[in-house]
Amino acid sequence: MTAQPEPNSFRTGADERGRFGIYGGRFVAETLMPLILDLEKAYAEAKDDPSFLAEMRAHQTHYIGRPSPLYFAERLTEHLGGAKVYLKREELNHTGSHKVNNVLGQILLARRMGKKRIIAETGAGQHGVATATLCARFGLECVVFMGAVDVARQAPNVFRMKMLGATVVPVQSGAKTLKDAMNEALRDWVTNVADTFYCIGTVAGPHPYPTIVRDLQSVIGDETKAQMQEAEGRLPDSLFACVGGGSNAIGLFHPFLDDRSVEIFGVEAAGFGLDKLNAASIAGGQPGVLHGNRTYLLMDKDGQIEEGHSISAGLDYPGIGPEHAWLNDVGRVTYLSATDEEAVEAFQVLSKLEGIIPALESAHAIAKVLEHAPKRPKDHLMVVNLSGRGDKDVPQMADRLGMPL
Amino acid sequence: MPFTDPMADGPAIQAGGLRALKGGETLEKTLHLVRDFRAHDADTPIILMGYYNPIYIFGVERFLAEAKDAGVDGLIVVDLPPEEDDELCLPALSQGIAFIRLATPTTDDARLPAVLKNTAGFVYYVSVTGVTGVATPDFNVVASAVSRLKRHTSLPVAVGFGVKTPEHAAAIAAGADGVVVGSALVEAVRQSLDGEGRATPGTVKAVTDLVSALAAGVRRGRAAA
Repeated sequence: MTAQPEPNSFRTGADERGRFGIYGGRFVAETLMPLILDLEKAYAEAKDDPSFLAEMRAHQTHYIGRPSPLYFAERLTEHLGGAKVYLKREELNHTGSHKVNNVLGQILLARRMGKKRIIAETGAGQHGVATATLCARFGLECVVFMGAVDVARQAPNVFRMKMLGATVVPVQSGAKTLKDAMNEALRDWVTNVADTFYCIGTVAGPHPYPTIVRDLQSVIGDETKAQMQEAEGRLPDSLFACVGGGSNAIGLFHPFLDDRSVEIFGVEAAGFGLDKLNAASIAGGQPGVLHGNRTYLLMDKDGQIEEGHSISAGLDYPGIGPEHAWLNDVGRVTYLSATDEEAVEAFQVLSKLEGIIPALESAHAIAKVLEHAPKRPKDHLMVVNLSGRGDKDVPQMADRLGMPL
Repeated sequence: MPFTDPMADGPAIQAGGLRALKGGETLEKTLHLVRDFRAHDADTPIILMGYYNPIYIFGVERFLAEAKDAGVDGLIVVDLPPEEDDELCLPALSQGIAFIRLATPTTDDARLPAVLKNTAGFVYYVSVTGVTGVATPDFNVVASAVSRLKRHTSLPVAVGFGVKTPEHAAAIAAGADGVVVGSALVEAVRQSLDGEGRATPGTVKAVTDLVSALAAGVRRGRAAA
């Protein structure tokens, strides 16, 4: 894409049309338009309501366990011999990933709007588990759409959701993975308009979802800023986070976008390699329209959406949040990519050096830290978002490393 | 115009789209179909229906020029609400191609003028909240919705989503100006295919028989009204 003019601030989007530059928007069927306009209005009121924010903060503290630590990874830093590496420990949240930050806010919003039935899409199952958890906590009906292929390969998370009282619907349409789960959730929403709230798991979908999810995940970056100030007395020099749809990344990045000294790196999943099957929408895709927004998408020359591939089910989505698409085009964030193989290596390095088993998603970000930290001076402060824990990936990794359980 | 991810469509159209894509269908070929049809029929209106991405990737300007040239009269693009009119609706209208909007049970009186504003050709009323070809509409509710629409527009009102039988068509035709049937026809095609998904000698007849029966239902509905 041609470069777009640099704005005075990178933090003002989305605009009144729900756009970040040319990206975002509201590309939905008419049946859903009144619903997303209602949601926009309800969110605008809630986010400025001190009682809503106070309730959310209380649950963040006592239910999720926030703030999550900003941890100095001493042995990893010694091993790499360059930048001082900090891990933002989102994997310590209740349910094991950053997903719960967003779900908590959306569920409180759903309650405020009087919606009794919650639907969600999920790929690896982390967002589904977080949604099922909060629905159990607040006594709401929960229906999770999950591609039939993912249901088969993520059995532990399917069981967790069922234990939590959710109904898991295996989606048989299309390619039977995350994008089809999202299609099916949208079809459910269009059918059950009166009582249903669609809790989207990432910074994608029609406006206002990318903005809502970003705001709810920005607690990651806000805490990081304060914690780094306390630890080092200044801003970090660089940030790294993995990007599928991109919610953990935007949550870390957004509070730093106008701090120009901070270099920011998103890491897409390069799968088998950028010249082979991958899930890197920016590196391998082009702007198009899917799931309510315009963004970079993997597609063929006729505009038909293609399946991505990543070892990590959570990054296996053929699109990326529209704000990331814009941040790429304006040059504020640099998007790199890590292959399956690099992620597997990083998964093992972090486990052995720090005693922390990362999610395969987060391992993509760690992989780029392994590459970049050695090239930076010892006073360079590098933060990587450890967005989830790797317990869910243990069976898959055991197979891959030739140690079947 | 088939698309991999038809978010407003039910199982019949989803499967139909995937069959078409598997068979190598492209937007280019769809426009060729229109040209071939127009070679021996200059009068029957042709409306192309689908989703925005394949058009966006083809190029809006190029698509409209070729569609106009091929003889397309109107477009129904499900994922372009009035809020996105500058994408395709306004360029289409300036080319003389009608952009047919969907009005739905969730479109209230406050929103209706915005939905009708740049609509041309006819208004397509979606009879149910839901996807195509699944639920059967409540015909009394549809009749009052059509009356409501007619208070806001002088355009013809056609009703679709969930219309499967001649009896359904008759019930709707009593109040509306047109009846839209998609999934039932696509399903009739599917049932006529051979094991490899190819058309058989019975395919055309399966479709024309159903269309004749639906049309007879419409005439009955009109006469009774």
